[in-house]
Amino acid sequence: MPREKPYIKSNRQEIPAFAGMTSDAQPVTGNRQPVTVRVAVVGGGPAGMAAVGALAAMHIGVDWYEKEDRVGGKLNNYHQLFPDRVPASEAFGQLVKGTYHNHIDRHLGKAITSVGVNAGRISLNGKDHKIGEADAVILATGFDFFDARHKEEFGYGIYKHVITSADLETVFADGDKLLNVNGSAPASVAFVHCVGSRDEQVGVSYCSRLCCITGIKQAIQIRREYRETRVYNFYIDMRAFGRGYEELYREAQENHGVRFIRGRVSEASEDEQGRIRVKAEDTLMSRPIKLTVDWLVLLIGMSPSCSAVLSGKGEREKSFTNAENPLTGSAVKGQPGVFLAGCCAGPMSIPESVASGRSAAVQAAEYLNKKNGNSE
Amino acid sequence: MINTSRFTRHVSRKSGMIHYWRDYQKEIAEDEFFYVRSCIRQNFFPGAENLFIDILRNKLGKKVFEDADHTTCTGIGYHSDIVPIETTMTVIARQFALMKERGYRNLVISCVTSFGLYSEILDLWKHDPALKTKIEGYLSEATGRSFDEPANMVHASDILYKFRYEIAEQAVNRLVNNETGLPLRVVDHIGCHYAKTFPERGIGGSEFPQVLTGLIKAWGGETVDYPERRHCCGFGFRQYILQSSRGYSISHSRTKLESMMPYEPDLIVANCPGCAMFLDRWQYTLEETDGSVYGPGRTKIPVVTHEELAGLVLGYDPWEIGLQTHQVPVEGLLDKIGIRYDPEKKYADRQGKLIGDTVAVTAIV
Repeated sequence: MPREKPYIKSNRQEIPAFAGMTSDAQPVTGNRQPVTVRVAVVGGGPAGMAAVGALAAMHIGVDWYEKEDRVGGKLNNYHQLFPDRVPASEAFGQLVKGTYHNHIDRHLGKAITSVGVNAGRISLNGKDHKIGEADAVILATGFDFFDARHKEEFGYGIYKHVITSADLETVFADGDKLLNVNGSAPASVAFVHCVGSRDEQVGVSYCSRLCCITGIKQAIQIRREYRETRVYNFYIDMRAFGRGYEELYREAQENHGVRFIRGRVSEASEDEQGRIRVKAEDTLMSRPIKLTVDWLVLLIGMSPSCSAVLSGKGEREKSFTNAENPLTGSAVKGQPGVFLAGCCAGPMSIPESVASGRSAAVQAAEYLNKKNGNSE
Repeated sequence: MINTSRFTRHVSRKSGMIHYWRDYQKEIAEDEFFYVRSCIRQNFFPGAENLFIDILRNKLGKKVFEDADHTTCTGIGYHSDIVPIETTMTVIARQFALMKERGYRNLVISCVTSFGLYSEILDLWKHDPALKTKIEGYLSEATGRSFDEPANMVHASDILYKFRYEIAEQAVNRLVNNETGLPLRVVDHIGCHYAKTFPERGIGGSEFPQVLTGLIKAWGGETVDYPERRHCCGFGFRQYILQSSRGYSISHSRTKLESMMPYEPDLIVANCPGCAMFLDRWQYTLEETDGSVYGPGRTKIPVVTHEELAGLVLGYDPWEIGLQTHQVPVEGLLDKIGIRYDPEKKYADRQGKLIGDTVAVTAIV
């Protein structure tokens, strides 16, 4: 269901030409040096934005495809970014600035469903027709949120007060209130970590990496808004790996009184008042616990959305796509000229996605130089 | 206040349930059933299985066969660790052989424990064909028989689910309060072994099963979704079979009963004989222990099985289908629905002679 109103109003107002800009629009920056090669970038999220900016800065022509009618990807629905709580709109503004360049043609509302490699040319295809061609392509198709309905025991989609971290982010972003069933501040909110991560039961063995810090950030946000609300985080183990993440974890406990309980939630159900009853195990205390909360927030993991583009296969064929040499590069094995950027290669934070996008741009440039016999 | 319905992935309660149910549907044969009885159902609820067969044969016009040579599946012994799994497999292979010899391919299982065990064994054979070959050898050596796996294997409640609308068309009674005209509030309880082991083998899966909900709604009632809906009834073989552990059994039943109490349910329906037994009998025990009762107006909550519920809807005489064998008296429920019954015949045999009296029953030590 499309959102009725974009919450990042400021971006749309300040840069009105952005959403509808095409190759005919006036360039914002960049010289008029003709370009001889073109790279396609598929995806308009942070990795895609970083990649197109870097390519244009290297005087490479870019065809930028985004399936939605605006770029920004999931960043458009975020409120604040961890660990510094920078508004998502601010990060978006910084990233999008680099994409105003006369070497960049934007193709909004164009969904690329498959990519073909033939005699050094890349064809980009829609559902039933060819959309474009390029000398190389950077896939920055990002990720999908794990569909929490697959964890049936939590009742997402059935119990009104069970929501996901993505839902909660839109609540914050829209300035809405997370009230209890009586319309007052919630007495308690619980977060469930690893919903669709590290869970063989739903076929997800990997760690989505960012859910822990998302849970910490959102728990703090609730405590800042509602000082009387008790906030619980049920976790397997905390994976606060990034810059400032561990510090934020400590801050959540020491300054905001967020309660962290080591143990998985086994089941959620609804009581007669519409509150959510949670059954879990506290593995540090070695005892089962039951808790009734006003809201249950499922910290959903990341699901791949990339290999369907590569293979043209259906939804069920998806998996994160491995680069040929994932330690040192992002080129895709057996697909010369195809590079990966951002979360289509695996769960990444926004700074990692940005770095990945820029790295893929450099690797694409190196590939084209080599292909064209230019050793420089 | 936020409007949760606008969330991208948030869906209404109804559509959320439909999403779950869409993933958990299964093929149920149309006719020609080989029916295997349950050790405990025919003891706890002696009218239920004959009633099921009668409904299939005489109300729905189906062909049903039951074999006098059928035996226990060993389920209780298996779950109590006194029967080795190879023995259990060979016994179940023999049931399959009986079905083959009688020319049937569609197996209908009365007991939820058996249904879970049959499912488990078919799954083990699927993943370890050599094990199946070994069991084929054991069966051949012991009995000279051979078997085929069922083409279609379902629980008896699945059959009623499949034909719930046909039963509704013939309904004499509906699950509606005769005085108020409101739907009866029905707690549906699904046996753990029906779908918790293999969710894909249960209609509606394991978390929000549809199988009994489907019956209740088709016959005019409404279901009660209470917090401990998915909790075990308290049977739990080890909890009950070991006398020293029976406190665990009754405490789990109490957890459920306390949880459903605020919703004032008119009745409980269960598709597992063990569940129906313990939710029924333990209400008596709890009242005797501390005076607790869990139904509206300080009454106990009647408990019926899926066959008995169908029987009431189809207008069978309550005493003909064995409702007098329940611990919690069912008269209150019969009055609510408006089912007429003869109180004098509650404990009468077929010749009208009284064969039992609650007053005469004393504590059995």
